[in-house]
Amino acid sequence: MSILVDQHTRLVVQGLTGREGGFHAGQMAAYGTKIVAGVTPGRGGEMGLDGTVPVFDTVREAVEKTGANTSCIFVPAAGAADAIAEAAASGVTTIFCITEGIPVHDMVGALAVVQQYGAHLIGPNCPGATTPGVNGLGTKVGIIPASIHLPGDVGVVSRSGTLTYEAVQSMTDAGIGQSTCLGIGGDPIIGTTFRDALELFAADPATRALVLIGEIGGSAEEEAAAWAGEHLKHLPRVAFIAGRAAPEGRRMGHAGAIVSGASGRAADKIAALEAAGFKVAASPTELPRLLIEAGYTKR
Amino acid sequence: MKIHEAEARELLARAGLPVPDAEVATTPADARAIAERLFAQGASQVVIKAQVLVGGRGKAGGVKLAATATDAEATAAAILELTIKELPVRRVLVAPAATILREIYLAALIDRSTRGVLVMASAAGGMEIEEVAAKDPSAIVREVAHPHGGLLPFQARRLGFGIGLRGELLKQFCAIAAGLVKVARESDADLVEVNPLAVVQAPDVPGGERLICLDAKVTLDDSALDRHPTAAVWRDADSEDPIDREAREQGISYIRLDGSIGCMVNGAGLAMTTLDLVTRAGGRPANFLDIGGGARADKVAAAMRIILADSGVKAILVNIFGGITRGDEVAKGLIEARAQQERVVPMVVRIVGTRAAEAAILLREGGFETANSLDEAAEKAVALAAAGGGR
Repeated sequence: MSILVDQHTRLVVQGLTGREGGFHAGQMAAYGTKIVAGVTPGRGGEMGLDGTVPVFDTVREAVEKTGANTSCIFVPAAGAADAIAEAAASGVTTIFCITEGIPVHDMVGALAVVQQYGAHLIGPNCPGATTPGVNGLGTKVGIIPASIHLPGDVGVVSRSGTLTYEAVQSMTDAGIGQSTCLGIGGDPIIGTTFRDALELFAADPATRALVLIGEIGGSAEEEAAAWAGEHLKHLPRVAFIAGRAAPEGRRMGHAGAIVSGASGRAADKIAALEAAGFKVAASPTELPRLLIEAGYTKR
Repeated sequence: MKIHEAEARELLARAGLPVPDAEVATTPADARAIAERLFAQGASQVVIKAQVLVGGRGKAGGVKLAATATDAEATAAAILELTIKELPVRRVLVAPAATILREIYLAALIDRSTRGVLVMASAAGGMEIEEVAAKDPSAIVREVAHPHGGLLPFQARRLGFGIGLRGELLKQFCAIAAGLVKVARESDADLVEVNPLAVVQAPDVPGGERLICLDAKVTLDDSALDRHPTAAVWRDADSEDPIDREAREQGISYIRLDGSIGCMVNGAGLAMTTLDLVTRAGGRPANFLDIGGGARADKVAAAMRIILADSGVKAILVNIFGGITRGDEVAKGLIEARAQQERVVPMVVRIVGTRAAEAAILLREGGFETANSLDEAAEKAVALAAAGGGR
């Protein structure tokens, strides 16, 4: 078991005929992901991914003809929010948006459409998710390098890209495998939050421990910690927060800080996580050791 | 991207919101001409405001009243000579001085928690909203605008009633609140803040009072500047360091700090982590630098130039976890950069992930100091900086 992506994933790649979309679709397929369709408006009728995958003009057509249930979006930023809305309105239930630099007001509108149709959005500006399987294969949606994974029972959720790879690699090196690794993205407005991800992992019987990798800014880690303290008492859980040494106040206008609550400093997040029973690492390389100290046992 | 009060005022004016009849002057003579016009139209005093992108301009002498055109010219001349927090004052805004009865706070901003456009209002205008929030959080009322419809009329009324407005002022307030959300959406602004939204005397309107947006602060979404060509020219070149500009033009995310260890990393989270580990190892990072995903050799070379432009840098730590980024491209970029660079600084390089094996061969042939783990790389960089007289 796992969350969000598995052997039942039937993937449509929005932007399959683009450079990024084409390259990463190849990587996903090589890892074992079932890619059933591509969508590029105006390119319907072509075959993508070395002639193996049909390309459609609309997501609706892709869903009707191929039974696609999950989408991965590589559409350029100007059209990516619209691509998210199209996927949700076409019956795709799980939408990963890899694109970075989407105007934030576009995301406000797209997210409302996603919620209207009851779809799951992950991202934007996220690396995607991987559920490792046996023999170096599995299901991955997005851009996380396949080589870092080991199948197992620890759920990983992170706001970062390469920092996630660092943490997962250190787990794999220590022989600790993952149920699913999920990158939720670092933009101000994202679909799936840390708390949403923890709820999904909590409902997954194959996940026996959790790793949360957060960053300074906002209050999503604090909100997730508050929920975890109540509901995840049975799971060993560890965390890492990036940005302990970062200078304050370099990103948002000043009214932003107060609505986000405690101001988003690393120290506040670490305190909230520790109060909720997380062991917090000072370096990503400490995560495997802390997992064991938190009561996790390798199977 | 922050924009000046003068341009923020223009965005509000274009949306039909009440703003002062102000104009920008770049010379004392221009300021005089604007003041003459305002006095002729019945102003009793004019206010002259420095246009700089920092807070505290009033305390620094950048906001002054003048009672005559001659006075306005002299005052503008003095303000145009000022440098406020290292920023030269190149323009002033000349506006009629208002008789303020009360001050309100009103802002529309992108909010992470509610994932929408949040509108906040408070009857305690004129002071910083953080101060209000700390003293009396209940004094701030909030509404999240409809994701497609903007601030709906009932939401605007709730805000207005919430800060004690009635009658004619309430109507005016509702129009302004909905207007701020419209400005935020149409201009792709993260923040549109009016402080103060002033209640002023207006004998010509029923009730004898009127609302006016006396000062405005607007931050535009950098990701949306492409579709606002007029806004892009508003970028304040004076408030941007040349190195920051080069970084922005190269698509490199760079923040200068005051330490001695230059850092080059791919990915914001990993870059922050690298700074954390340098600090933990007893060193002080000289910068945050994220080369982004998929960087090629030329971008790596540009990043190296940016790091070395800081004379405080005594050692460099390169930390790359290849995913989209190919390790061998980074190694080639480092070799290219070293051939060009004028200043020799010790460097420790860690490249893992995609094409790490190819990168390792290039780095070994090039004689680079390398590290396997991130912790080890941070420790080596701190030792190299210390040997070079940095910390």
